[in-house]
Amino acid sequence: MTAYAFFGALEQGFAYGLMVLGVYLTFRVLDFPDLTVDGSLPLGAAVSAVAIDAGLHPALSLCLACGAGFLAGAVTGFLNTRLRILHLLASILTMIALYSVNLRIMGRPNLTLLGKPTLVDLFTQASGLPQHLATPLLFGLITVCAACALVWFLRTELGLALLATGDNPRMIRSLGVNTGSTIILGLGLSNALTALSGALVAQNQGGADVNMGVGTIVAGLASVILGETVFGGRSVARAVLAAVLGSLLYRLAIGLALGLRLGSFAVTPSDLNLITALLVVLALTAPRMKARVRS
Amino acid sequence: MLAAEDIRKTFFPGSPNEVRALNNVSLRLDPGEFVTVIGSNGSGKSTFLNSLAGVFPVDAGRMILDGTDITAWPEWRRAARIGRVFQDPAQGTCPGATIEQNLALARKRGQRRGLGPGVRRRDREMFREKLRRLGLGLEDRLRDPAGLLSGGQRQALSMLMAVLVKPRLLLLDEHTAALDPKTAAMILDLTVRLVEELQLTTLMVTHNMRQAIGLGGRLIMFHRGEVILDIRGEEKRNLRVEDLLQRFAEARGEEFTLDRALLV
Repeated sequence: MTAYAFFGALEQGFAYGLMVLGVYLTFRVLDFPDLTVDGSLPLGAAVSAVAIDAGLHPALSLCLACGAGFLAGAVTGFLNTRLRILHLLASILTMIALYSVNLRIMGRPNLTLLGKPTLVDLFTQASGLPQHLATPLLFGLITVCAACALVWFLRTELGLALLATGDNPRMIRSLGVNTGSTIILGLGLSNALTALSGALVAQNQGGADVNMGVGTIVAGLASVILGETVFGGRSVARAVLAAVLGSLLYRLAIGLALGLRLGSFAVTPSDLNLITALLVVLALTAPRMKARVRS
Repeated sequence: MLAAEDIRKTFFPGSPNEVRALNNVSLRLDPGEFVTVIGSNGSGKSTFLNSLAGVFPVDAGRMILDGTDITAWPEWRRAARIGRVFQDPAQGTCPGATIEQNLALARKRGQRRGLGPGVRRRDREMFREKLRRLGLGLEDRLRDPAGLLSGGQRQALSMLMAVLVKPRLLLLDEHTAALDPKTAAMILDLTVRLVEELQLTTLMVTHNMRQAIGLGGRLIMFHRGEVILDIRGEEKRNLRVEDLLQRFAEARGEEFTLDRALLV
């Protein structure tokens, strides 16, 4: 793996790391399988791209993306808790609805940001670093800040109620918490993070595409599980750290696989889904393998 | 304090599995009353407690707690005034959260939860003091996840959590039934101590007849969704197991069948 590819994997790992934090929040904290992210990632990208295209500051466009993502998550939460639709189905409904919404927002299937100032451009100029170093640094800063904020939040009164909603809903209701509201809040936060992730990816690759969200949930889950298996721990802080590291590890693994050449056989981007599936299988079975080797 | 009037609840109405769980149940509790609730399986005693807690809406009837009509309130809203302990020790605590986090969650029962720190430093000392009085050594394990505790320890913690903010009504649903006899006795002692100390209005469901007779100032018996016995005062103090069985036979004209009720 070249240094260039390594930094590329880091920048992807951090950018998608925000989405992985969101997936951690729904899958692990709330115990809610949320596929909304496949729609809220391109939603964030679309909102950010349209905002920048309209002349807004790229940083402001991130805020708008977060807000849109929060709404998307809240819709899934509403469908599930208030209208009593099964969680998985509720999230799929929002996801497919978002496909149309994203097309409406952009007015076309993709929107390039060529010639428009993105956060990456601004930061590269301000820092004076070459872009392949400045981008991972910028995304790393944003993701680490988001991770710290998430750990802080999960230790507040409201955050503890959210943790308890996933852990023991019956108990937390008996302590006076409206679990419907905490689920909506959790899904909103998760999808806000995912949309922020999509906005960063769009600004980095120079545009938004309506299909860029396909497979987001699988990559997110793969990262969460990979992180847990390698760096996992009991505490919330440890789990959040593991999610971010899992995202980096996942992108590095993908980067390594893409550079793989066995004789005349070379891995191409079209093989990525297969590789992701293999990674998840490996990460899921590794703990059992380890236990068997020990005993 | 509590007035439940003509509570009716039918599960699976109109289906072959239809169960009339509560049939016009009425009950009035005075402040500070400790009532034991007994009845065989399916008699409606747990259903009654759950309907008071708001786990499901009732088909008919009214519930007044402290002068407020709570019949239409959802479960989480009623929880501001009602403390509960469940039969399964795993149900009363959050296994992934630490002991102090569990207590902190209970500390905010019925209050708005905001972005303040979940566990406050000044509360920690209070938690430690309360845990010390349990005599289980939990005061030195504030940062241990509740999931690491034994069933008895968890149930003691649940008990503490249910009364940390003084409830207007305490509902105990066979909260010692899943424990070994020694642990059950410990939890029962704790229950009596807390109920007396805080003067709690309490409904305690039990399968154990001796418990039902020996504790509290009033005993009610459920049978087929109705309250068939309500014994209190002098009569309750002199009550023996044989009396209870006879009273049941008189009330129903049939022998009391003990699916799971314990005589000893």
